[in-house]
Amino acid sequence: MAGGKEVRTKIASIKSTQKITSAMEMVAASKMRKAQDRMALGRPYAQRIRAVIGHVANASAEYQHIYLQEREVKRVGFILVSTDRGLCGGLNINMFKAAIREMQAWSQKGAEVEVCAVGNKAAGFFNAIGSAVVAAVRDLGDEPQANQLIGSVKVMMDRFAEGDIDRLFLVSNEFINTMSQKPRVEQLLPLPKDDDEMLKHEWDYLYEPDPKALLDGLLARYIESQVYQAVVENKACEQAARMIAMKSATDNAGELIDQLQLVYNKARQAAITQELSEIVGGAAAV
Amino acid sequence: MAMTVHCDIVSAEQSLFSGLVKMVVVSGIEGELGISYGHAQLLTALKPGPVRIIKEDGEEEVLFVSGGYAEVQPNMVTILADVAEREIDEEAAQKAREEAEHALHKAPSEVDYARISAQLAEAEARLRTLQAIRKAAGK
Repeated sequence: MAGGKEVRTKIASIKSTQKITSAMEMVAASKMRKAQDRMALGRPYAQRIRAVIGHVANASAEYQHIYLQEREVKRVGFILVSTDRGLCGGLNINMFKAAIREMQAWSQKGAEVEVCAVGNKAAGFFNAIGSAVVAAVRDLGDEPQANQLIGSVKVMMDRFAEGDIDRLFLVSNEFINTMSQKPRVEQLLPLPKDDDEMLKHEWDYLYEPDPKALLDGLLARYIESQVYQAVVENKACEQAARMIAMKSATDNAGELIDQLQLVYNKARQAAITQELSEIVGGAAAV
Repeated sequence: MAMTVHCDIVSAEQSLFSGLVKMVVVSGIEGELGISYGHAQLLTALKPGPVRIIKEDGEEEVLFVSGGYAEVQPNMVTILADVAEREIDEEAAQKAREEAEHALHKAPSEVDYARISAQLAEAEARLRTLQAIRKAAGK
């Protein structure tokens, strides 16, 4: 029987792989639900503070906070939000590609690039390709907390305030639905303006307490909340991408098993037929 | 058109209120503020305390906010709270106040003093909010 045993062991090994991938699929599905809930909870705050900041950027204020000032761009900072673990399809690679495209565009304009990596994958990748990684956060776990991020985000904000970088971008994945996630690059600093026509005339806020103290607190809160929301959203993307990747791995394993089963059955059938014809031939000879 | 203003109250965990209101009363860092339609643009930090919402139909609702920021535009108010609560645990707030008062008497250092008095202020604000909620409900 040609290779019958080999085929059988191969089927057994693929079956055990299939068990692992289908278990991972189910784990990812249940984690995804929780991650999506967390993402939905944080969203109203992130959206509202973004709207407020859009207004603030439009105010023709006497006091111009440093985060609102456009400068000539010599150095650009990127906060890259990636996953801690692999096996989630092309999620990280697509995001890295988008980030690298953006970085190359800036390098061509003569600006230097530096990176703040969130998640093991971004830290590993950008260290390996030799980018200037100034800060990194690793091992965020399934429930990222805002205070895990504050340190590295502050590094980037301080570098902006001190003039070491002139622009700050946030690159992360956008959760569109379970099937699709899209890399997104957005500008954090200087603050992007809201183009609401209502706000085009000259006006300014009353500030309580003084503008500096107030804006320092509010703008720091804004950046933190945007990065935190991006991390939470990326977590939902990760689980969704992993679920899809593991589902297709499970399906592929199933197909492979079917094909091998066919090969095995044919080989077995051929062996039986051969044996039978040998017996019949032998009996006829007697 | 009735003089109403759109009000959004969000905390990091959830959205607590969104809709048209006649007036919102918040505890700004430099005092209480009543905001209705056509208020000048204003940005203020908030201190722990009640936020009183007077809705279109005159119904009142009181929430507790532990601090944060409020932005006022003539036609909208946005309150970005650090922590906001609808339900207040009276016992827990009482206990927190007692503990903070107790700790304050033997505060060992400057840093601790600041932290503990912040705790005390928050616990007191919670209790004040609770009274305001009861008053609004009893009316």
